[in-house]
Formats: sequence, structure tokens, C-alpha cells
Amino acid sequence: MNLNEEVELLKGVPILAKIEPAKLKLLAFTSERVNYTEGQEVCHQGDPGDAMYVILGGVADVLIDTPTGQIQVSEMNKNDFFGEIAILCDVPRTATIKARQPLNTLKISKDTFYRMVGEFPQMAIEIMRELAHRVEDTNKKLREATANNKAA
Amino acid sequence: MQRNLFTYIWRHSRPEQIVILGLVVLAQVFYFMSLTVPKDVINNGIQGNAFKNTKTIPFLVWELDLSAFLPGKVVRIFDGFQVDQLGYLVTMSFVFLGAVIVNGLFKKTINTQKGRMGERMLRRLRYELYDRILRFPPAHFRKVKQAELATMIKDEVEPLGGFIGDAFVQPMFLGGQALTAIIFIMMQNWLLGIIVIILLAVQMAIIPRLRRPVLVLGRQRQISARQLAGRIAETADGVHEIHIHGAANYERADISDRLGKIFKIRFDLYQKKFVAKFWNNILSQATPFAIYLVGGYFAITGQMDVGAVVGVLLAYKDLPSPIKELIDWDQQRQDVQIKYEQVIDQFQPEGMMPEALQMIPDGPPPPLGRELALAGVTVSEDGRVKQLDSVSLVLPTCSKLAVIGGSSSGKDVLGQVLARLTLPSGGSIKLDGNDFFQLPEYVLGARTSYVGQETYLFPLSVRDNLLFGLKIRPVAPAKYDDATRAERELFWKEAERAGNPALDPNADWIDYELAGATGPADLLPRIVEVLKQVELDEDIYALGLRGTVDPTLRPDLAERILKARHELHGRLQDASYAGLVETFNGDRYNRNLSVAENILFGTPLGKDFSGDNIAVDPYMQSVLRSTGIDLDLQRMGLTIAETMVELFSGLSPDNPLFEQYSFISADELPNVRLLLQRLGGKGIDAVPEADRPRLMTLPFRYIEARHRLGLIDAELEERLLAARHAFAEGLPAPLRGAVEFYDFQRYNSAATLQDNILFGRLVYGQAQGEQRIGTLISDVLNELGLHNSVIEVGLEYNVGVGGKRLTATQRQKLGIARALIKRPQLMIVNEAVASFDGRTQDRIRDNILATARKDDRGVVWIANRPAQAEPFEQIVVMQGGRIAAQGKPSDLAAKGGLYAELMASA
Repeated sequence: MNLNEEVELLKGVPILAKIEPAKLKLLAFTSERVNYTEGQEVCHQGDPGDAMYVILGGVADVLIDTPTGQIQVSEMNKNDFFGEIAILCDVPRTATIKARQPLNTLKISKDTFYRMVGEFPQMAIEIMRELAHRVEDTNKKLREATANNKAA
Repeated sequence: MQRNLFTYIWRHSRPEQIVILGLVVLAQVFYFMSLTVPKDVINNGIQGNAFKNTKTIPFLVWELDLSAFLPGKVVRIFDGFQVDQLGYLVTMSFVFLGAVIVNGLFKKTINTQKGRMGERMLRRLRYELYDRILRFPPAHFRKVKQAELATMIKDEVEPLGGFIGDAFVQPMFLGGQALTAIIFIMMQNWLLGIIVIILLAVQMAIIPRLRRPVLVLGRQRQISARQLAGRIAETADGVHEIHIHGAANYERADISDRLGKIFKIRFDLYQKKFVAKFWNNILSQATPFAIYLVGGYFAITGQMDVGAVVGVLLAYKDLPSPIKELIDWDQQRQDVQIKYEQVIDQFQPEGMMPEALQMIPDGPPPPLGRELALAGVTVSEDGRVKQLDSVSLVLPTCSKLAVIGGSSSGKDVLGQVLARLTLPSGGSIKLDGNDFFQLPEYVLGARTSYVGQETYLFPLSVRDNLLFGLKIRPVAPAKYDDATRAERELFWKEAERAGNPALDPNADWIDYELAGATGPADLLPRIVEVLKQVELDEDIYALGLRGTVDPTLRPDLAERILKARHELHGRLQDASYAGLVETFNGDRYNRNLSVAENILFGTPLGKDFSGDNIAVDPYMQSVLRSTGIDLDLQRMGLTIAETMVELFSGLSPDNPLFEQYSFISADELPNVRLLLQRLGGKGIDAVPEADRPRLMTLPFRYIEARHRLGLIDAELEERLLAARHAFAEGLPAPLRGAVEFYDFQRYNSAATLQDNILFGRLVYGQAQGEQRIGTLISDVLNELGLHNSVIEVGLEYNVGVGGKRLTATQRQKLGIARALIKRPQLMIVNEAVASFDGRTQDRIRDNILATARKDDRGVVWIANRPAQAEPFEQIVVMQGGRIAAQGKPSDLAAKGGLYAELMASA
């Protein structure tokens, strides 16, 4: 997979969706491709997050620790991504991601991402807008939920 | 040291000075001859005065004139030869020539002797000054600036060397010359002589007076220059502070001010100097004026013959220069005396260590003794603030003692006192009843060790720094062949003449016994053991992997590394390592190497093929042309240029992304963009010849696996491989040494140990690939018993100035290792582990304690955290410079008080 295909995948990440392609290309170029073999962990639940990943190929399991042990909650395939919140603020990983098959990812580190945002404030605005939409979305759902509660 | 320079010189060079003086006196005879002969040549040879009445005169008559005792009695031993006027002229001319030559030879010999003596004295003086630095009381270093010490020894005493040779000889020689000339003039005409003497006396009285201000200014110049040197060193030392606080311009102001003052001093000097020179010239010309006038008058009136007047003039011609030089000498004498005093004053601080403390032991140093007894030890710099206040303590040298206390409790000062780094202002310390401060340094150095909060490392290898504490005396002389040996002996003889010690730094100074080894052969295991104790072994191992080995010097090691390479590649066949390493294979394109590395397929040696040079190397270009790949690469370069311009335009030039990822530097990017605009998408054929080399460097840096621009397909790979083969086959002889090709069966001397073992590249983007391969390499090396050999290579790593090429933690660990390796009878650790993380602190403490317990050696642990004191047998609690409590941990805990308070806070 070459750079242009990677850019196409990045466009699918909501917080990056509105960023112009040339900048995404730079982001892809300065990011690292990391491949995992079967059974290797990409990240572990509870560890501090410092990068987001976009899956370029392969399948990964999403696992969550429970009092009774680790359980699989879902799986991830090509074009899926995770950890996008981790590069915006320091939150621990909420799940363990483990390669089920040989897994190819594009790893966008926090440092690279911040450097880009620092360089192109327009990117920050786009991200802000996306996040604001999400907040609005969440608020709306909350209002609906409270309204339903009252109605009930 | 004598305060008077002359006494100093006379004391150390008396025999040499006397020999030279003898030579000077002897030289005067020939000098006088070279003056009298011209008179004879003119009067008798040319004007023929002696031949007026006779055709020939006897020459070389040898008479013994005894008329002083027996009137009229002259014993003639040899009648001489009879010569005519022409013969006389010829003979006397040759006599003159001979006298001139002998005169010259004397001068040459005298000057050589003087030069040697001067240099010897300079060497002696410099050595003595340096020797004094080593004996300065430790506290003195808080007051002196190192750069000033260096300037004094290096520059300020330098003119002394030139003067020392002349100190006694010059006045004798010049005085002798002047006296001879004056006597000669007196012999010709006493009146002329007296006039000359009076004029000279006036000169000698006035000129030194004119020069006095010059001397005063010279002294100021010396001090201000010395301070400037100190100030420049301060700037270098504090450069981080200057940048952090943005104080560069304040510093500039200071330097400018200093330079201004120096300028004023120097300019004043010039002015004064030339005023003195002016008067000097006028006065020295007054004498010939008198000779012309008076001598000419005498010649006209017939009271003197013309030859005598010419003789006087000739004699006088030689007179001003000795007189002038004599005055110069006197000036130099005063100048040098001042310089000497100023330097000497800086090198006699109070409380210098007696020489005996630093003598060199004949054999192995004796043990330290059993017990240190501190009685009323007080440390105070100004007599008011007491850092230690009447501390009394009995300390068996094998005790395991921890000292705890707050930050101003004086615990660190106690540590320094025990290492004699700080001298108490009151009280006493006895070692088995003897004064601790009279204990020779070699005993202290061999039997105790001290680590403070900061470690100074010399800019040598890790090994040299580690073994520094074992070099107390030469243990075995260096081995020389006969020729070198003879040369070295002459060298030492000369050293002794100049009062320098004839110690050989090439000798083996490492006291293996001290380190618990028997010789060079079994030192390495001890080194590794100590490195493990301070947890530095893995770091040094990592340095070793990055180090190189010269296979001609260590064929055995190279051989075993090759074995490790074979072993590693055997294991890489295992499926679990698949895809982690791309091996160097001569017949396959390596996607994890750059294009340049793929074509070169070897390690560049020297400049020809390293970095970007490879792209512009004429041979490389000819290879590319002949394989027809040059256009492809230029086309690739164009694509890369377009991509880079697209990606990096708009990024600010100082963004780190440029440096990390761009093929084109921020400065160059605008030029490349212009080039692309001019091309307007016309393709490679439109690129002007001048711009092609620039495009050429881009594809050379391109690594397919890393940069992922999809530029190298299977077909291009094939053609690059063809270029690789063509490059190797046609490599001309002069370039053979510029590259060491990858060869699975051969050790690559230019590559690091790790690269030699790996013989390939880690594949980009394999999760944990580096760690897994690192572990695998480590496993292989361990199994082949090579782990220590790699550490041995790492030990050769140069730590840089002040150890700056190591991290602060590594420096400190090396400092502790240096203290541990000599198995000290008493080790003082003065908050030396404070910079490590808590767990490391405890582990290193436990390691030190464990070895001390095993061999029944002592440890004084000045704890940076009170909790560290827990495993020690004895604890001293300090507060305000006093011992607040002491005893076993359990007793102290039972009593509570400050101990409990400190323990609770930890």
C-alpha cells in the first residue's frame, strides 16, 4: 500500500475527515507503518495512550478486562481506527487490541500530530468543529433521553 | 619558590651559567682581535706606514715581555716570518676573516647553550607550578579560575624562558663588548673615550626612567589578559545559563568593556614605548656626532692618525648596539621579574600540601589502619557559620555506617572531611593514633574511595576512567625495543636535568592486585563484576555493540563475531523471526536499504562514498551512465522533489519534521520549487544539466520500505542490482580502499559489532522487531561466551569532555564503579546515588553493602534519603552540624526523636 492509499484511509477517520488531503498526505508520510504478527498486542488496556492507529490490513480483536477475565467485545478490520482520542488528551487505553491475523497499521504518534496541528491551525479548527458536532450530538441524545425519562 | 627570579635562576642553573660565562669571556679575545686587525690593515697594509723604511717586516713575532719585572728584558721566542706590504695586507685580511669566523662560532655556541638552558629552566618552572596545583589545598580551587591557572603556566611564564638564558650572560657579554670597545677607544684617544663614556652614562640614566611607566602598564596588561582568559572560560562553562536567561548581550557588554580597558592599556603602552624609543635614538646618535667632530678635529690637526679615527668609529659602531641591548635587557629584567612575581604569588596559597604526602610508594600501599577517631572536628569557612560543629566520632574502618540528616545538617561536609576534601578548621582526626592528615595520598587513594554527588570524567575511554583509581604507581615498566629504550633514557636524563620526574606514562600503572586481579588477563571479569554492581554493564554492552573492532588487532574477536553471525542467521530461519531482518544478499535488492547503500553494497570508508558524496562521485556516475540507469534515477529524483514540495511547502523551516523526514532541507526547498515551476511538468529531459546533480542526491537517500512512495518496482530493482555488480567489478584500484563490501564470510572492519553480527537491516515497521532481534543477538553472544568481549569493546568508548557523551546517570554510575573496583577498605558514598530512581538507589546500595560485608570492608553512606540507612549496622543522625544521635537502628528507633522524625518523613 502506498502513500496515496493511506491518505484515502485517513479520510475515513471522522476527526481527520475535513482536513485537506495534502496535509493528510504529510501526516501519512511522517507516520510510521507498524506490522504485527498474530497474537501480538497493539496496545494494552490501562496503558497510557500516545498514538492512534489506522488498520491498513488484517484483523484485530478488541478485548476488555472484566472481573472474570478478558473477553472479546468486537473485532477490527481494514479501514478501522482506534486511539484517536488518545492523541488529543491523555486517557488510558480503554481496551486491549490484539492481532488475530497479521496486522498492518499506520501509527500516528501524538508528537507528529501535535507538530502538524501547531503548523497548520486550520487543522485544529476542523478538529474542533468535528468535536463540537459530537458534543452537540451527545447533548441532543441526552436531552431526548431526559425527555423520554420524564415522559415515562 | 624564591620570590627573586635571579636567585631562582642562579640556584637551578649555576654550572651551566658558569660554562656560558667562560665561553663569553673567551669570545671577547677574538672580538677584540676583530677590532684591532682593521686598524693594522689600513695603517700598515694599505697606507704602508710600517713599510716606509723597510721592504719587509717580521710577522708573527712571539715575544715574552718581562720589562715589568726586569727593565728592558724581552725574551724573543720566535722571530716570525718576513713579509712585504702586499703579503702583509693579504695575511692580515685573512686574519681578520678568521677572527670574524671564530667570533661567529662562539656566538652560535653561546646562543645554543643559552637556548637550552632557558628551555630547561622554563620546563622546570612550568613543572613546579603544575606540581603546586596538585598540592593546592582543596578549598583553594573555589577561589581560582582554571583558565587563569592555564594561562599563567602556558603563556605568562613563556617570556621567562627567553630571558633565563640571558639573565646572567647577556649583561656580561654586552658589558664585556661595550667595555672592550671603550677600552679600545680610550687606547686611541683618552679624550674621545671620556666623551663617549659621559654620553653613555647620560643614556643609561635617562632611558630606564622613561621606560618605567611602560613596566607598570605591562603589569596591568598581564593581569587584564589573564582575567579575560578566565572570563572566556566562564562564558563557555555557563553558556546554558546565558542562553536560558537571554543574557548574551549582558555578557557582550562585559567583554566589550574589558576589551576596551585592554585596548587602552595596550595603546598607552605603545605611546610610552615610542616616546622612549625616540629619546633613545637621539641620545645614541649624539655619540657619533661627538666622534666626527672631535676625532675629525684631531685628525686634521695631526694629533691622531686617520686609521685611529676610523678604528674609533668602527669600535663605536659596535658600541650603541650592546649599550642599547643592555638597556633592553634591564627593561626585560624588570618586566620578567614582575611577571614572575605575579605568577608565583598565585601559586603559593596557604595550607599547601607537603610534598611528602604525594610521594610515590616503592611497593604495594600499606593497609589503611583500623580506626578513625574524630575529636571536636569543626568546619567553618569564615569562623562564624559552622558547617560541622565539634563532631566527635569513633569510626572503625570496617564499619557499615549510615549518616542521615536534613539538607543543611552537615552530613555531606562530614563525608568530605573523611575524604580529606574539606580540611577542618578545628579538632583532630587520628588514624590509629596518628594524624589522619599526614597520611600519604597513595595510602588514602589505594585504601579508601569517595564518590560525591557529581563525578568528573576525563575525556578518555570508559576503561581509562574506570581504572583511573588504580594508577597510583608504575607497576611494570613499559617494554621498548633497544632503539626506543635508548631514546627514552636520553629523554629521562633531560627530564631530570630540568627537575622533572622521570616517570613513564607508557609504563603499566594499573595496580591489578588492588582490583583483585593478577594481571591484564583476568582484569576484565573484575571490571564486568563492578559494572554489574552499579548496573552499568548493559549500557557498556550496548556501547560495545555500536563500537568497531580492528580485525588486524583482534583477529580472535573478529573470528568469533563471524561465528556469531553464522549462528544468528541460523536462528533467523525460525518462522517466529520471519520478516524481521532483511539479510544482505548480493543478488537481491534490499528494500530496507537506501538506493545508495544498495548500489554500494558495502560500508564506505573515508569520504568518497559517504553521505551525499556518493551521488556526485565521478566513478559512481560513470557506472550509472554505463548501466543506463542514470536517467531513471533522475526521473525518480524529480518525482521525489515534486512530492517533497507538495508535502512540505507551507511548513515553517524550523519544524523538526523537516529534519526528520524531508529529503530536501528547508533552505533548499524554495530553489527546488522554483526549478519545478520552470519545468512546468515537462519531465526530466527539460532539466538543465546544472540542476541534475541536485536531483541525483534525492533518489540515493530513498528507502522503499521506509518512505513508501512506491518508486521502485521489480524491473528497477533488477537494474539497480546490475548497477551494484557493475560498480563492484569495475572499481578502480585507487578507490578499493574507499568501500568495504558486504561479504557473509568476512568481518567488516568499518561496521559496528552489531551490524557485523546482524549482516542485514531490521525491516521497517515490525512491531517490537528491534527488541526481539536485540534479545536474539544478546542470546547468541551469551551462548558463544562473547558478552564480556562486547563489554570490552564498549569500554573503549570515549566519554567525551567531562564525560558529556554519557548520560548523567551513566557518569555517576561510572564514578561509583571507579570507586568500587579498587576494593577500598573504606568507601565513602556521599549522596552519590541521589540522581538515580529510588529502586536503583536501593539496589546499588545493597550491592555495595553486600561486597563490603563479604570482605569485611567499611562503608560510610551519607544518605540522601533517611530510609536508605535501614540496612546499616550503625547510624549517625546529624542536625545543624552536630551529631544528634548515633547507634544501632533498633536502639535509635526505640528512642524516637529526630531519628523517628526523619524516618517518618522518608
